[in-house]
Amino acid sequence: MRTAEAFRMALEALRVNRLRSALTMLGVIIGVSAVVILVAIGTGAKDAIEDEISGLGSNIILVVPGQLNFQAAPTQSRLDLSDVNYVRRVVGDPSRVTVSVQSGENIRVGRNEAFVTVVGTDENIPNVFERPLKRGRYLTETDVDTRRRVAVLGSEVSQQLFGDLDPVGRQATIAGVRFRVVGVYEKVGATFGVARDRETHIPVTTAQRLLGVQRVNGIAIGASGPDVIDSLGQKVVDALTSRYPDEKFSAVTQTQLLGTIGTVLGMLTGVLAAIAGISLLVGGVGVSNIMLVSVRERTKEIGLRKALGARQRDVLGQFLIEAVLLTTIGGTIGIALGIGGSLLIEALSPVPASITLWSILLAFGVSAVVGVFFGVAPARRAGRLDPVVALRAE
Amino acid sequence: MSAFEAAGLTRSYQLEGVTVDALRGVDLTIGDGEFAAIVGPSGSGKSTLMHLLGCLDRPTSGVLRVGGVDVSTLDDTQLAELRNRMIGFVFQSFHLLARTSALDNVALPLVYRGVAKADRRKRARAALEAVGLAHRLDHRPSQMSGGEQQRVAIARALVGDPQVVLADEPTGNLDTRNGEEVMGLLERLNADQGVAIVLVTHEAEVANRARRQIHVRDGLIERDVA
Repeated sequence: MRTAEAFRMALEALRVNRLRSALTMLGVIIGVSAVVILVAIGTGAKDAIEDEISGLGSNIILVVPGQLNFQAAPTQSRLDLSDVNYVRRVVGDPSRVTVSVQSGENIRVGRNEAFVTVVGTDENIPNVFERPLKRGRYLTETDVDTRRRVAVLGSEVSQQLFGDLDPVGRQATIAGVRFRVVGVYEKVGATFGVARDRETHIPVTTAQRLLGVQRVNGIAIGASGPDVIDSLGQKVVDALTSRYPDEKFSAVTQTQLLGTIGTVLGMLTGVLAAIAGISLLVGGVGVSNIMLVSVRERTKEIGLRKALGARQRDVLGQFLIEAVLLTTIGGTIGIALGIGGSLLIEALSPVPASITLWSILLAFGVSAVVGVFFGVAPARRAGRLDPVVALRAE
Repeated sequence: MSAFEAAGLTRSYQLEGVTVDALRGVDLTIGDGEFAAIVGPSGSGKSTLMHLLGCLDRPTSGVLRVGGVDVSTLDDTQLAELRNRMIGFVFQSFHLLARTSALDNVALPLVYRGVAKADRRKRARAALEAVGLAHRLDHRPSQMSGGEQQRVAIARALVGDPQVVLADEPTGNLDTRNGEEVMGLLERLNADQGVAIVLVTHEAEVANRARRQIHVRDGLIERDVA
């Protein structure tokens, strides 16, 4: 028997049992579309977070006290402004180093009030981070040196306190102290749940007096190029460690963050795909089950075909092709539904979805393999039927 | 050359640990173009003999030659090919594929012979014309009478130009008139085309239309009347 003939026969058998074929395919359809959709969501989430990290500005090194370890408790900072100057000397280019002292504070303008993250920092912010200005100016060296009470507002803070008014030159009260607004940042969105548009930047010296502290929370360095990030980070950590032999310091780079988060999210995507894969497997068991029923139900037909000259391999091939067609047609429909579902989720919800070719190929490949794997046993049973027994079957 | 040559043919089954000897040593020769009836009461072994002759089953011992070929030398695949080329089957309950047109039912043996589709259809059409069903090509079994269905089955048995047609109670499920028609058709095929016909029946009236009656009882040939 020719292969084309076997396909024609198998398609005919599926057509004849339309409802049953459709229901059997449903298991595979659900499994495959689940794989495609879940992988799309996992990949979409990964892409989105990686975008956010990149949006932070490239070539950034964050130097923080303590070890960057998920098990360790956060370490109290011992770093102060003299350490920042020390790091500036180590780096060589002082304008590439900036600093932060953070605290949540109330900010008030007239009757409008907002709770914001007050960040004490300096004039080097634009050299390190991507923080374009919408209005006014950045903090200056003089602001820091003379402890001026000036503030640059995040876009959301500005909107909340001043509405559509231009806040530059106006007064705002932070923790009971009056500040003059000198600039407003462009909207930049959130990073790791940190709403950067809800930040208010003031000079680091002013912030230390306001909060009554000497310490700084962290130092950020903008490396001159991607290839020096790791060596520069290590150089700074080594320098700080030689200054404070009992302390630990860590340099966090964007690559590290991307790597760590990429690994975690990749695992998450893998887990989602595995769960979806299980449903695909269940669909395969359904195919096997139906094929066994089909062989039993069509025993007489098998007997007749054998009497008319069908060889064992003809009958085996016929049933195997039926099983594989069930799963691959189901797989194709599942892929279409999966792509459609992913696009729908992307369009209608905040969940990002990014369809990947590998998940589609994998889902299709697995469904074909499932068809062969779960089709072989019933097909062999059909092929081995004794024609005399089969012809007598009721 | 003979269609069938059997010597010392036996067939026993194991049924729940008990050995049942369905055939106990049958010697039989059926020549080309013969028209023979195998008759006997139920349980006599006539169906077992029919299955052996049709190469659907293998003898426990003894020699069976079909068209001169010793079937014990053939594996299952070769046996399937032998059935396909040498033997046409007609069953009591027709055994047509439901939801499949008469034309495709008739063409089925040619599928397993690897005949191209256009050629298959041409030959199937000719076979259906030969049994007087040229107007029923696209009908499904459920749209035809029992007599018509059996004629489709006969067309299917003939489409591959077999040496022998084995008919197992071909009139068993038909009324007298349709049975008569089917028997007439088998006789005509035998006379016109020289196809050997071996029919298994328990109806004396049907058996008497054959030129030779082989009476089987208790697994042995009791009488062979030509």
